[in-house]
Amino acid sequence: MRNDQKLLFDEPGPRGRRRIKIATIVGVIAVIAAIALAVRQFADHGELAADRWQPFSEWPIWRYLLTGLWATVRAAAATAVLGGAFGLLLALGRLSRRRVLRYLAGAYVEIFRTVPALLLIYVTLFALPHYGLNFSLFWKLVLPLVVSNSAAFAEIFRAGIRALDRGQSEAGLAVGLRPWQVMRLVVLPQAVLRLAPTLVSQLVGLLKDTSLGFVVSYTELLYSGQVLSSFTHLLIQTFMMVALLYLAVNASLSKFARVLQARGGRLFGRRRATTLGTRYRRWFPNGEV
Amino acid sequence: MNALTGHLSELGHGVVTTVELTVVTTIAALLIGMIIAILRISPVPMLRGIGTVYVEVLQNLPLLALLVLFVFALPQIGITFPLFTSAAIVIACYEGAYMAEAIRAGINTVAVGQAEAARAIGLTFSQSLRHVILPQALRAVIQPIGNICIALLMNTSLAAAVGVVELTQAANNVNLIEAQPIEVFTGAGIAYMLMALIIGFTTGRLERKLAIVR
Repeated sequence: MRNDQKLLFDEPGPRGRRRIKIATIVGVIAVIAAIALAVRQFADHGELAADRWQPFSEWPIWRYLLTGLWATVRAAAATAVLGGAFGLLLALGRLSRRRVLRYLAGAYVEIFRTVPALLLIYVTLFALPHYGLNFSLFWKLVLPLVVSNSAAFAEIFRAGIRALDRGQSEAGLAVGLRPWQVMRLVVLPQAVLRLAPTLVSQLVGLLKDTSLGFVVSYTELLYSGQVLSSFTHLLIQTFMMVALLYLAVNASLSKFARVLQARGGRLFGRRRATTLGTRYRRWFPNGEV
Repeated sequence: MNALTGHLSELGHGVVTTVELTVVTTIAALLIGMIIAILRISPVPMLRGIGTVYVEVLQNLPLLALLVLFVFALPQIGITFPLFTSAAIVIACYEGAYMAEAIRAGINTVAVGQAEAARAIGLTFSQSLRHVILPQALRAVIQPIGNICIALLMNTSLAAAVGVVELTQAANNVNLIEAQPIEVFTGAGIAYMLMALIIGFTTGRLERKLAIVR
């Protein structure tokens, strides 16, 4: 447990320990009761029978689901690369010195931050073919996601660039770099390093967004589950497996984001970049700065 | 504009459903979020574990997968609700995890001295939470909670994928009849933007009224 949370209560005494014990027992009983209830519901409707679960020990079924997962990963990767690049451009546009660029990028971000991705998907599904723009299923899913996620990426990048100490870009300008050189050589490398955990978290959101392939009938993981269950009629079993796969991938990504957070954006090398603050703290341990 | 004005009642019903779904789930998600956040900082390790598992599971599953599981798969084990209720339950539980994280972030912003002072005058865990920590924590996270509300508004559109006729679905239905996609989808998009604007405006005012300036 972290220290900031420990402040809310004392080291428990005898009575406190007894209360904690009682609360733990109540919690355990509640969890067991919930599980028992779920198992009974399954059993009452014959969903616990071995033949309802046995197919999931066979490779072809898993191969089908894993193919779906691979399609999910591909769609997510395409969205991340395109959306991230476009988002970065939008963020630079919003911070540009040209007013036209600022307004255009700002309008784009404000509009697409508040329009649901599903609505954009309906546009590529039903509106664009009307005007002769008929993409493949993959792009029908990825394009709307790029449009909506680039707005989110733009906000992340903008916040990261603005959060960086002004002194950095001032120093860059002072040694004679041009503004775009300052951005490319000084500001962006530091901002991206600090943003690494946030960007990875955004990846989780993006991977979840690809489940909209269900609507497009692009065979990513969720739609694969749908197709599979329409053959096997094992609805709940299939969707539970699909959920488990999503959980495995996303939980490891979230974990990765936390590791990055703890290591200041770096995976290798120095555990944490020494900042001016930590150096001062080392020089003046008693806080006489 | 004929495509829009000719189907005002359908689109109006869609807007009303979206607003209803948003309001109901926001309130429920706030309650769930509060409970989970308190569980996650409680002195009982077991309860902290339950809170952590809840947040981890619901933040890492796609909302659409949860909706599909709840609406299409749970009837197989005899759990059925009306469509609107199912969608509301799932969205509330899903957004509750995000609310919990926002509230917990707020609790972490409350100055350490506040918690120490509360303990020093002998308040118990729940008393210090109720009278000292939470009032300050919630004021600090009005803006993030507003952002979650806007995300929630956009996520209500996913209910369309399992058959709830809210604004997105209504727009789609009108487009299928009228074949005027630009007008219809732009109209729906503007309606969403207006609703998001109202949420943003309200949270902005709330924040100016309630936030503690340090």
